[in-house]
Amino acid sequence: MSDVEKKTISYDVQAPSADGLDARLVVERGSFRLDVALSAKPGDVVALLGPNGAGKTTALRALAGLVPLTDGHLRLDGTELDRTPPESRPVGVVFQDYLLFPHLTALDNVAFGPRCHGASKGEARAQAAVWLDRMGLTTHASAKPRRLSGGQAQRVALARALATHPRLLLLDEPLAALDARTRLDVRAQLRRHLADFEAVAVLVTHDPLDAMVLADHLVVVEEGRVVQQGTPADIARHPRTDYIAHLVGLNLYRGQADGHTVHVESGSTVTTTEHLTGPVFVAFPPSAVTLHRDRPTGSSARNFWRCEVAGLETHGDQIRVALGGELPLAADLTTVAAAELDLHAGAVVWATVKAAQTHAYPA
Amino acid sequence: MTSPTKAGAADTLTGGPRRRHAYRGAPLPLLVPALIGLAFLVLPLVALLIRAPWSSMPDLLTSTEVWQALQLSLVCATAATAVSLVIGVPLAWLLARVEFPGRGLVRALVTLPLVLPPVVGGVALLMALGRNGVVGKWLDAWFGITLPFTTTGVVIAEAFVAMPFLVISVEGTLRAADPRYEEAAQTLGASRFTAFRRVTLPLIAPGVAAGAVLAWARALGEFGATITFAGNFPGRTQTMPLAVYLALQNDPEAAIALSLVLLAVSIAVLAGLRDRWMTAS
Repeated sequence: MSDVEKKTISYDVQAPSADGLDARLVVERGSFRLDVALSAKPGDVVALLGPNGAGKTTALRALAGLVPLTDGHLRLDGTELDRTPPESRPVGVVFQDYLLFPHLTALDNVAFGPRCHGASKGEARAQAAVWLDRMGLTTHASAKPRRLSGGQAQRVALARALATHPRLLLLDEPLAALDARTRLDVRAQLRRHLADFEAVAVLVTHDPLDAMVLADHLVVVEEGRVVQQGTPADIARHPRTDYIAHLVGLNLYRGQADGHTVHVESGSTVTTTEHLTGPVFVAFPPSAVTLHRDRPTGSSARNFWRCEVAGLETHGDQIRVALGGELPLAADLTTVAAAELDLHAGAVVWATVKAAQTHAYPA
Repeated sequence: MTSPTKAGAADTLTGGPRRRHAYRGAPLPLLVPALIGLAFLVLPLVALLIRAPWSSMPDLLTSTEVWQALQLSLVCATAATAVSLVIGVPLAWLLARVEFPGRGLVRALVTLPLVLPPVVGGVALLMALGRNGVVGKWLDAWFGITLPFTTTGVVIAEAFVAMPFLVISVEGTLRAADPRYEEAAQTLGASRFTAFRRVTLPLIAPGVAAGAVLAWARALGEFGATITFAGNFPGRTQTMPLAVYLALQNDPEAAIALSLVLLAVSIAVLAGLRDRWMTAS
């Protein structure tokens, strides 16, 4: 009797953990090797973030079954899917350029999935109409894809993927094909739809803003490997690679901490407020940097380095200065300040940063 | 007073070099052979029109033999095109989308009838499907089916010669079509066959149509393989090209009239093709 009870209990404990996605995707193609572990609970939105060529899309295609796994495993809600052909996986995909069937109307595009899953033509269309209504596209139901705007096409693609009731929704660069203005709009709508989605969603993007707005868990992939994962806030505050630091707009250095002093790899030192020892990362935003033509004397800043201007570019209403020298860093200045300093490539400047504006954390 | 002169001067300045450039674009050693080439292609057709017995045309074209031949030609060419579509489109898909060993060899074999003299094709068909042929022997013994010298034989001979045109055309269209649409269909639950039928086929429809028209035109003009494999029996296997050839020996005027009919059909096909390509792009 107690044995049975125990079994029931252990089953109950096990069941929730089996729900959702549990995968280790290994795909080898030529000299490229992708090895990424992913896990997510139903309702989670995971973003695979990384530079072009990092293997994000390959990971997505492996999840969809369009690329076979070389090694690893893929379990969805406790079911092994490694060997399941794409048409039998409970997976929906929103492709980068949507791939709406050009010869079918928006309605028939959405009805395609239900039809393949055995619904009659009428049923499938009725279901599709409900999805289009949910996306606010009822008036475009009879439009061919080429008549749809980018944002509308994206929503039709999302409706088409959702209409098969997938347990795993995959989105490949869902906003990349949109212009800046519609992007903002569509991002907000997509966020709402993803919040409503009850199963696992995995999206691939190289845009940190998309990733941080849409996902609650980020997995950063570089050269086929996971280099960091965590919540968007965590990753933004504690970047662990140059790529992520660059993405979130931080100067990032790796070094050895000795109390409040960090000896970074370039040979310079950075003074911080944190008291740490051992290998650390130290980061500060470009806006925390002040530039001077002469060596600062009366400045309260404890960090100053002799640098050389390597390049200038406008960054919104600011000018971002790339500096080389004692400590390579990026600094943001107003246009006026840049003019006053007479900045040009090769100019020698002194860069200062207040210790309070740096942030150090163990590596 | 001065300004018009100035404008005129400017005109000659800009116009002069441009005209010289246009002249330099077509040097005589190229222009002359090009015009001879054009005349070479057009002149025979013009001659056909000049020598046409326009007064006796209505009588010639309404004779039963001509109608029989024309009808037989249209029916056989259409049937041959249908056969090519049913077996040629899947063959094109196989060549374009499935990696298999010896694919290059298979493609070469498919293309061979394009360059093979049609008479050789006819002889080969006789060896395969003739009453004593490799396969024909069994067809005759088991089912009592005889293919040579029948209307079905005409269809087979025409399909043999015309199908490569369709396969090559459709394969090219398939290669140009984005295979990711098939992937998208698969992720929506479609099997590969469903994806082909409901997504790929509609997408490549213009290419299939163009290939079918090409194949149809080729089948309509087929002579060598048809006369070798199916013979020349009026009403049964005598298609238009065969009728033209025969008429040229007995009644040249009738041959010209028949030729004009075929020319008209060819021009109609060309116009139809151009329209299809225009809408496809």
